[in-house]
Amino acid sequence: MSEPLLKVQNLRIELSLRDGIAPVIDDLSFELGAGESISFVGESGCGKSMTALGIMGLLPEKVGRIASGTITFDGEELTTVTQKRLRAIRGNEISMIFQEPMTSLNPVYTVGEQIAEVLRAHQGLSKSAAWNCAIELLDAVRIPNARRRVSDYPFQMSGGQRQRVMIAIALACEPKILIADEPTTALDVTVQAEIFDLLNELKRQTGTAIIMITHDMGAVAEMAERMIVMYAGRNAEQGPVEQIIDHPRHPYTKGLISCVPHIMATLNDERYELTEIAGIVPPLREFGQDRCLFASRCNMVSQKCLDKRPPEAIFGDGQRAACWHAGAI
Amino acid sequence: MMIDDAQTKLLLDVQNLTVRFAIKRGGLFGKAKHLYAVDDISFQIKRGETLAIVGESGSGKTTAALAVARLVSAYKGRVNLNGTDFLSLQDEDLRQARSKMQFIFQDPYSSLNPRIRAEKIVCEPLDNLDTIPKEERQNIVDKLFEAVGLHHEQQRLFPHQFSGGQRQRIGIARALATQPDLIICDEPVSALDVAVQAQILNLLRKLQADFGLTFLFISHDLGVVQHMCDSIAVMYMGKIVEYGDRKSLFNNPLHPYTKALLSAVPSVDKKRRAESKRILIPGDPPDPLDLPKGCRFANRCPVAQGRCQSEKPRLNEVTQAHSVACHLVNETGIAPIHE
Ligand SMILES: Nc1ncnc2c1ncn2[C@@H]1O[C@H](COP(=O)(O)OP(=O)(O)OP(=O)(O)O)[C@@H](O)[C@H]1O
Ligand SMILES: Nc1ncnc2c1ncn2[C@@H]1O[C@H](COP(=O)(O)OP(=O)(O)OP(=O)(O)O)[C@@H](O)[C@H]1O
Ligand code: SF4
Ligand SMILES: [Mg+2]
Ligand SMILES: [Mg+2]
Repeated sequence: MSEPLLKVQNLRIELSLRDGIAPVIDDLSFELGAGESISFVGESGCGKSMTALGIMGLLPEKVGRIASGTITFDGEELTTVTQKRLRAIRGNEISMIFQEPMTSLNPVYTVGEQIAEVLRAHQGLSKSAAWNCAIELLDAVRIPNARRRVSDYPFQMSGGQRQRVMIAIALACEPKILIADEPTTALDVTVQAEIFDLLNELKRQTGTAIIMITHDMGAVAEMAERMIVMYAGRNAEQGPVEQIIDHPRHPYTKGLISCVPHIMATLNDERYELTEIAGIVPPLREFGQDRCLFASRCNMVSQKCLDKRPPEAIFGDGQRAACWHAGAI
Repeated sequence: MMIDDAQTKLLLDVQNLTVRFAIKRGGLFGKAKHLYAVDDISFQIKRGETLAIVGESGSGKTTAALAVARLVSAYKGRVNLNGTDFLSLQDEDLRQARSKMQFIFQDPYSSLNPRIRAEKIVCEPLDNLDTIPKEERQNIVDKLFEAVGLHHEQQRLFPHQFSGGQRQRIGIARALATQPDLIICDEPVSALDVAVQAQILNLLRKLQADFGLTFLFISHDLGVVQHMCDSIAVMYMGKIVEYGDRKSLFNNPLHPYTKALLSAVPSVDKKRRAESKRILIPGDPPDPLDLPKGCRFANRCPVAQGRCQSEKPRLNEVTQAHSVACHLVNETGIAPIHE
């Protein structure tokens, strides 16, 4: 079998806090094939964005560092390459869309200038070629009347259009991997649906692999082939999306799926109570402890869970769950 | 005179509510224009029930709720709360009536004063009202903390010492302090993680059952709305475009916008994904300062016809429990878009 496009092995990212060092990512491994799509899910603070930043070589300076593990992209080891090489990869081969489109666009330049800038820097296009290419890209992300809108400033666009501009910028260098960190959180559902359709279509057309970070299981189901459930910096569960939704093997995954009021096609008078996951994610300084970090919220907890970090139980088709009682779920 | 059952149960009756904001445009000599954020909407809530308002960002949900509570002033319309004409009340009458209507806000981080202890935050509405003797207030605060699932020891803490979900619990306890009839929840769980969201939604429903609360519940999350509401109003650009009880509206959505909204919700249910076709409504809503002559949804509507461009659709009853503002539905009584 050929090597995957991206292979992350036993990744550990540490953050220096006031009261010590915490593993914000603790022994994470996963693979992403060319043209594949994978989603990261989990509650706030579980390390989803940190994983993306680690891959991009954009960890918070002086605070975060890769302590151990490997990130192999297209045969190249990213944890040891030079800053210069990382920058080149970031511009050309892996690009990222951030959570808040307004803050990541520069308000004083037109969207065309911002897209053209990327094209000139990374593909060495001439000024006019870059401008024409910017129009094509806006068209590709379905901004109506791209030829005119290319001269708009960000504030002249709606939230959904700004996010599409961000996608256009991310695609400008025809990346092999597109990382989208909650690309639709601030948008209306109808706009979100359009962005999802757009990403799926671009993936089909260009073969770009997509890593999407989200907290919405529904979004995962629509967008990804495989998913990784993160909890407190660790991989709680990963595997094929349909398979996990049908039969989650980690209590956290199960909770995440059933705590959301999913819209139902046919309603009757019956009302059910939502399944709760009691409590909250532990604070960062507790990450890394040798126990199951989900134990305080888990309804299957036993003494073993409190004594030792659970190993990953392996199921079919690459489904793995880090739970002592995974087999019983 | 016969008073029918529905009327005795009615807690809130809002008629023809309109809110407009003056907007200056075009520099010093530009004429002030008016933005009609809420344009002639009417709705009712029965005691002990929940009415949800849904709609996209900017559709006027928050403005409508603020106007009901007199936190922005209505330009036109009436708000009848429990038989009194709420908008015309003055001074002490107003203060008393206001205590019967409380707000829970979206952002548990900024809606609580960071320098005040939790117990004081919860007690404040009682202090302001000053109808209950001081000695009894502590007792009420204790009960409220228990009711929303906070520990007694946590009363002395400041807001930053709580998690997001706990802060929202404080907001709920505070809203309950004056034993209100109506609680307006404006996106009460949008800022929370899904797991915590479930805790708060269950809590709200439990409190509703225990205390007979009535909710005006604003959300853009249709799953949450479906779970919480008894009836629902769908807003688009300041107008209610569809209004009905929970079952009628979700089982038989009629307005093209409602259809599009429902079809856009991502689903974990393989069957639902396979069965429902996504209805795309590309483009942006119109400029609220320059509204089209006809239906406000016409420029995005996949089935719009000539009449939709030129004539405003009225909100018409399809059944007693279900009204829609769409020319095509009005003609036929059936949904113009079907999967
Ligand atoms: N610059 C930083 N300095 C210190 N701690 C940080 C920094 N950035 C993030 N963290 C912490 O690292 C943890 C993981 O953060 P991360 O942003 O990866 O979470 P996330 O899963 O993306 O959450 P969200 O859903 O809220 O975006 C959090 O506890 C966060 O507070
Ligand atoms: N104080 C104000 N002055 C001028 N315009 C306002 C004011 N408050 C709201 N608006 C406008 O009124 C319209 C309705 O806004 P509102 O906040 O009620 O929408 P919403 O449905 O609650 O949206 P969201 O889902 O984003 O909270 C918007 O066009 C908004 O810009
Ligand atoms: S290891 Fe134990 S505590 Fe952790 S998720 Fe599994 S059963 Fe629950
Ligand atoms: Mg994040
Ligand atoms: Mg609002």
